[in-house]
Amino acid sequence: MGISVEGAKKCFGDFQALDDVSIEVPNGSLTALLGPSGSGKSTLLRAIAGLETLDAGRVLIDDEDVSKKPTQKREVGFVFQHYAAFKHMTVFENVCFGLKIRKWDKGKASQRVHELLDLVQLEGLADRYPSQLSGGQRQRMALARALAVEPQVLLLDEPFGALDAKVRKDLRTWLRRLHEEMHVTTIFVTHDQEEAMDVAGQLVVMNEGRVEQSGSADDLYDHPANEFVMSFVGEVNQLGDHFVRPHDMEVVLDPDDRTQEGLVQRIVTLGFEVRIELVLSDGTEVWAQLTRAELQRLELREGQIAYLRPVQAKSFNGSSSSDHGASTPHGHHDGGDADIPAAV
Amino acid sequence: MAVGSGTTSRWGLRVLGLGYILLLLLLPLGLIFFKTFEHGIAPPLDAITSPDGLHALKLTLLMVAIAVPLNTIFGIGCALLLVRHKWWGNPIIDAIINLPFAISPIVIGLSLFLLYGTTGWFEPALAEAGIKVLFSVPGMVIASVFVSLPFVVRETVPVLQEIGTEQEQAASTLGANAWQTFWRVTLPAIRWGVAYGVVLTTARVLGEFGAVSVVSGSISGQTQTLPLFVEKQYENFNLPGAFGASVLLALLALMTLLAMNFLKRKEDA
Repeated sequence: MGISVEGAKKCFGDFQALDDVSIEVPNGSLTALLGPSGSGKSTLLRAIAGLETLDAGRVLIDDEDVSKKPTQKREVGFVFQHYAAFKHMTVFENVCFGLKIRKWDKGKASQRVHELLDLVQLEGLADRYPSQLSGGQRQRMALARALAVEPQVLLLDEPFGALDAKVRKDLRTWLRRLHEEMHVTTIFVTHDQEEAMDVAGQLVVMNEGRVEQSGSADDLYDHPANEFVMSFVGEVNQLGDHFVRPHDMEVVLDPDDRTQEGLVQRIVTLGFEVRIELVLSDGTEVWAQLTRAELQRLELREGQIAYLRPVQAKSFNGSSSSDHGASTPHGHHDGGDADIPAAV
Repeated sequence: MAVGSGTTSRWGLRVLGLGYILLLLLLPLGLIFFKTFEHGIAPPLDAITSPDGLHALKLTLLMVAIAVPLNTIFGIGCALLLVRHKWWGNPIIDAIINLPFAISPIVIGLSLFLLYGTTGWFEPALAEAGIKVLFSVPGMVIASVFVSLPFVVRETVPVLQEIGTEQEQAASTLGANAWQTFWRVTLPAIRWGVAYGVVLTTARVLGEFGAVSVVSGSISGQTQTLPLFVEKQYENFNLPGAFGASVLLALLALMTLLAMNFLKRKEDA
């Protein structure tokens, strides 16, 4: 069941949460709505579920306009950041809630609940209350509850936001596998770009109530439409009008006409990856990502002068002229890639 | 030593607190129990089981049976409106609901006189319909409802605020309509707040004296509730009767409290 939103607008008082947003989510896909807080991603998700009413625009699920339908008739599964567990019900009763509302036969409902508890690995905890579960277990219960009624679409609002890093990573993998098995059209909201890229096949980047760009993770990373997408999806350094990924910063010890001088302030070793933080002569702080082997070859130390050579830079303001001297990389008018050949 | 002085002051506070409660609450109550059964169980029992006494008991229970459900339904509805539906008039409604707390019950009784009395606003219409409000049960019910109106609202509002709306939203995504959501999710979540409000309402209706006394006329065997019966017995120098009815009132209130505690404990287990 594909989902599309057309020209969605929503204001909360003076705050424009959604400003003419249109998205297209193909049937069976797993899509991430990615953006900083206040970007409107949660509002958009809630509007699809009918938990917010739009000021303008429409929501279509499976080509049917559901804008006027109340939430309970939209057949969406919704998972909340803070679980929204029914505290006075056991795990079993929580998962069974939707089936009870739909007046399922008791035996069949019980069978279905146990299947789902098995799926989310909570089989032994059916008689517990939510207060006796960990955060990860509560969220899996919430997911089972949402899936129990066989929703047309599954919507997750920062589902792992309240969990610690390790649990979050496990649940991500688990969600991806679940989606591969069930193929229910899924949208999930996150502010974590790594999470979005890890889980989702399609990403929609939002900012200030608008869609900045949508596409696959590779698309967004390699061909960001603008400065915001480039800096939000992946790390970035700004050099004048140009943006360079830290792994596209080459660090050398000998200057040439394409390098910029920098003072090494800090060297952080993160396992295999090494993070070199430098200050340029104009005070700009940048960082370069190196491998451990590269660091050892360069024998860099904190407080040392090194030279930076951007291998690939992007500019989004359409200016190709450079006022920053020969060492500044060039950008194209169309905001595309500017390949700087490595100097010998 | 710091620990020693801490212990001393803690004991001091404890003695002070317990002494205060003992002197003001437990001692007078205990004395009533003692006085009641001073000459055995027969005198108070006779007073209570007299036709007037039994009628007073029945009437008091009738007040509870009418006023408590009414105020419970009103209280939950009102709390839902105040918490779940943002409206500029909410603070005003909120303040008005507190009025019965602020105004003396006697004043409430007198105000009912102005509405339902022989020269009252509603008198002509009511007389035509043949309904007698003052000096009869309807007036006493109105007075009881009035004085005990805020309890359920006051106890329910904070609980509603605390549970938030996420559980209700989750219920609606699972297919529940507003009514199903209320019965299956909201009400169970706020039940202890409501229960506490019900207990307080019951206690207040059981013991209400001022407002009911003004509108009832306190006619023995007709419009006399237990508190009015106690007063009448006291005025007639029938102390065993007054004490007996008092003890009965206290026991009824105690039972409501114990009932709530029992239910809560059963649930926690």
